[in-house]
Amino acid sequence: MTAAGTGVRATARMLARDDGRGGTSLPVLEGDGPLALRRTRGSGSEAHVMLVGAMSGPLGGDHFTVEAGVETGARLRVGSAAATIALPGQAKGESRYDVRLTVADGGELRWLPEQLISAHGSDLYVTTRADLGATARLVLREEQVLGRAGEEPGRLGSRLVVRIAGRTVLDQELSCGPGAPGGWDGPAVLAGHRAVGQVVIVRPEFADQPVTARVLGEGAAIMPLAGPTALVTAVAPNALKLRRILDEALTTLG
Amino acid sequence: MSRAALLVLADGRFPAGGHAHSGGAEAAVKAGRVTGGASLESFCRGRLHTTGRVSAALAAAAVLGVDPAELDAAADARTPSPALRVAARKLGRQLMRAARATWPSEELDALAREFPKGAHQPVVLGLAARAAGLGALDAAYCAAYESVSGPASATVRLLSLDPFDATGALARLAPELDRVADQAVEAARMVVDEGVDALPAASAPLLEISAEVHAAWPVRLFAS
Repeated sequence: MTAAGTGVRATARMLARDDGRGGTSLPVLEGDGPLALRRTRGSGSEAHVMLVGAMSGPLGGDHFTVEAGVETGARLRVGSAAATIALPGQAKGESRYDVRLTVADGGELRWLPEQLISAHGSDLYVTTRADLGATARLVLREEQVLGRAGEEPGRLGSRLVVRIAGRTVLDQELSCGPGAPGGWDGPAVLAGHRAVGQVVIVRPEFADQPVTARVLGEGAAIMPLAGPTALVTAVAPNALKLRRILDEALTTLG
Repeated sequence: MSRAALLVLADGRFPAGGHAHSGGAEAAVKAGRVTGGASLESFCRGRLHTTGRVSAALAAAAVLGVDPAELDAAADARTPSPALRVAARKLGRQLMRAARATWPSEELDALAREFPKGAHQPVVLGLAARAAGLGALDAAYCAAYESVSGPASATVRLLSLDPFDATGALARLAPELDRVADQAVEAARMVVDEGVDALPAASAPLLEISAEVHAAWPVRLFAS
């Protein structure tokens, strides 16, 4: 971790490996400053890691990176102990939070962090990139909440890119809050909803049997992408309702 | 370059089938999110800065000679809703027919052979502009303007909205349209050097979700 005037720079890393005995080992598990990593009790062959925020943030000017790799045959589940709250800081300028995920053929990653909350006055750009092998499996949840209860949000930009065997199957960017391009809160984009989320599910078997497109109420849909991937997109008035919709969608997909 | 060719391509009466699509306006009207001139303008503004921005960059990149198959794949990755992917290809196929008849070109023929079911409409639009001797900025303007003119004219029909209100909304968006078109060309130039990942990917969750809601209706006035 470095904290040179402009904000905190920190990178946390983890690597999951098939231990050859039906389980998953974690040869790399390195937290950094505000990003602490804890191994928790796993289930079956799946290792569990919890991301614990050891400081508040990201604040203005901070740049956090989390890198997770899953090797062939390994299974990893990553959660976080609490929601991440983007806050304004003393350092001016945008803060960044980058997530880099790689899953090799036959590996499985379930990336299920808690919500990202954009507090008033904050300015954060989040990128999530998942690079998967042709037979890798992924469940990735991303939830954004615009403002704490009754609060106007800060500026929040996010980009989510999923590649399978080098081919991009999903590339989505969303900009919200003060300073975002016009219409973000209007009837085409969020229409006043304060929580927006996606779940990406990649399974090799979707190549032959894609999910059927389905609507879950007026604010959510399950959609087959052009690739072995299903995407759930949802908007909701608040974080609780959003989670309920996304959980329901995951249950539907089995 | 012929400026008149731009008027032909951008004309709402150019026989490319766009009138059958509402750009999400029909679903937004039914859901009560678009109820008049002000909410229509807000809808169009949101569409311009998301779908419009991406379409304009795709069209501009096609004019600059970027591989249309790569642009088509990039459009797929930026369109999660299968209903919207189908609509984009249907519109692409219809535009292809009109463009080949209007501005015969080997490049359009090749794209039609490669995508018999239609390529994404903005990619075809870019190649059509190229065949018509137009530039990247022209194609970007065409795509950006279409992203708002379609919903505006559809809403006039859906709500019996005063056409002056709809046109006024479009006119107020003009400065933002200029910016989106300029930025689209900048992005397209980056795509020439860096590949299609440099394309914008701005998304509108409700346009995607509502397109699926709309596709499930048994009876609709517009195809999308």
